[in-house]
Amino acid sequence: MCGIAGIIHRNGAGDIGTEMTAMLQSLKHRGPDSTGFAVYGSAGSNEYVMRFMVAEQEDLTKGYEIHDEVKRRRAEVDKRLTGLGVNITEKVDATEYAFRYRFTFDGDMRKMADFVEDVEGTEILSLGSALELIKDLGDATTVADQYKLQGFKGTHAIGHTRMATESDVDIRSAHPYWAYPYNDISVVHNGQLTNYWIMRREMERKNFRFQSSCDSELIAVYLADKLESGVDLETAMHQSIDELDGVFTYLVATNDSLGMAKDVMAAKPMVLYESDDLVAMASEEVAIRQVLPQEIDTVDPYDREVRVWRN
Amino acid sequence: MAKLETDDHVSHEMGLHTEQLTGRTQQRFFDLEESDNLLYPEAPDVDFNKRAEVDAAEMEISEINLKIRSLMAEGYGSIVIKNPLARHSLGVGILSRLNLTFEGSLGYFGVGLIDGPNVRVTGRVGWSCAENMMAGTVVVEKNAGSTFGAAIRGGDLVCKGDVGSRTGIDQKGGTIIVGGRTGAFSGFMMQRGRMVVLGDAGKNLGDSMYDGTIFVGGKIEDLGVDAVEGEMTELDKAWLERKLKMYGLEAPNGVENMTKIVAGKQLWNYDNLEPSEKKIVL
Repeated sequence: MCGIAGIIHRNGAGDIGTEMTAMLQSLKHRGPDSTGFAVYGSAGSNEYVMRFMVAEQEDLTKGYEIHDEVKRRRAEVDKRLTGLGVNITEKVDATEYAFRYRFTFDGDMRKMADFVEDVEGTEILSLGSALELIKDLGDATTVADQYKLQGFKGTHAIGHTRMATESDVDIRSAHPYWAYPYNDISVVHNGQLTNYWIMRREMERKNFRFQSSCDSELIAVYLADKLESGVDLETAMHQSIDELDGVFTYLVATNDSLGMAKDVMAAKPMVLYESDDLVAMASEEVAIRQVLPQEIDTVDPYDREVRVWRN
Repeated sequence: MAKLETDDHVSHEMGLHTEQLTGRTQQRFFDLEESDNLLYPEAPDVDFNKRAEVDAAEMEISEINLKIRSLMAEGYGSIVIKNPLARHSLGVGILSRLNLTFEGSLGYFGVGLIDGPNVRVTGRVGWSCAENMMAGTVVVEKNAGSTFGAAIRGGDLVCKGDVGSRTGIDQKGGTIIVGGRTGAFSGFMMQRGRMVVLGDAGKNLGDSMYDGTIFVGGKIEDLGVDAVEGEMTELDKAWLERKLKMYGLEAPNGVENMTKIVAGKQLWNYDNLEPSEKKIVL
């Protein structure tokens, strides 16, 4: 089933970490397997933030040597980053297996991403100047507490509660997905894509990589491909409605925008609240009411509807 | 005990030749008194002048529903639920007369499976409001989500704002009124009853409908399989005027300019066709 939610403050930053945690926690019944957040803080000048993991949470319960292996993998990532001339300014150990690095780098970002992900068990969860992508097993409160997300200030966020259907219960299959290799773009999705394999093969022929077998990752990669070719976000989203087959509602966020798209059948839910200060949306209104407890006017977007808001 | 008889002549005059309006939960368009008298054997004897207010802000969903039941058992006939906070499955399964007001919005599956109460929601409702409703009235003051009135069998279900997609999917009776716009696939597989949309209707309106009637005041994006335009009769107009007036609504361009959609009845005979004929129909 899955639950998705998005929020954007139109006049400056808000407490998006706490807000998105509350919204996603209220959607736990739509997907208790994993929870993910894509939060957008203030972009640092010439600085990037990279969230990455070197193992699945589940891996840490297997064998006696995995803890040393995790350390070895991280050391290898550090070595490769240094070798490429990446200047790491801050390192945060979110968990034993997931990390947050802030750095400056003038080189080829895609090459750097590929080189890092070449390390066994390593996946870049997000890369950009404003985006930080956090996802792990458990409900929203569990993940937010684990990654100290409560109190995170930023302009906008999207999030996802996952009920695993066609792929595994692991971090790799959890949403959001970073739109590799495009900086600062993330996607969450509720639905099923029926032309997943055809589209995936098409993208792989274009040299895009897939880290999971989750159809939602395809949307992120699809949008990245469009954006790389110069298509603007809104146009790319309109095109996605015709080219992605299946039933879906998805949210996409960039460093300054938040968008939503609904398929031709309008088969998956979305409730939308919009004001001059704030736009909030979710699979169920109960999530919006976590940040707007007063009576509000909400609408259901219709089939083929694409909306984009900027802060 | 109420008399149970068919309104065949009325149905025929409105172009519904197959409709048999029998049974206590079927719509009785012109005899409101009859439905007033229909009661389940153990229905609580409520007094509409006895009023209770419940602040549901800190209550669990099941607590709220049980509270409504316990108040009805105590004879309260007018119950106001404050702060429903868009939570799901509130006010479901009420099988007797009751004036029930929600001051605020409901989430999914609000007031489903009801048979008799008069419900007013001052906010909006989420997906599947009044699913399988059998009798009574539900009036939603703001917007509604998708599958509004799915499979309803009787009663009046009214949303004064816009409604999502698949409104009245599998409608088996009763009346659905939408004050604004309705989304795609409204009236999908409709089998009986009436739907009135004062605004625009999305694509595939009335797709695969077997029977029933859809009236649209605005633009229709396109019709679904086997949905065709019908001829508006004087009885249709009179019925529309009366029904809309009951809920303080008006057709923007007058009821005489509404479009009537009925089943082409090619699919209606589907089960009687030879396989070769089915191919032609489809």
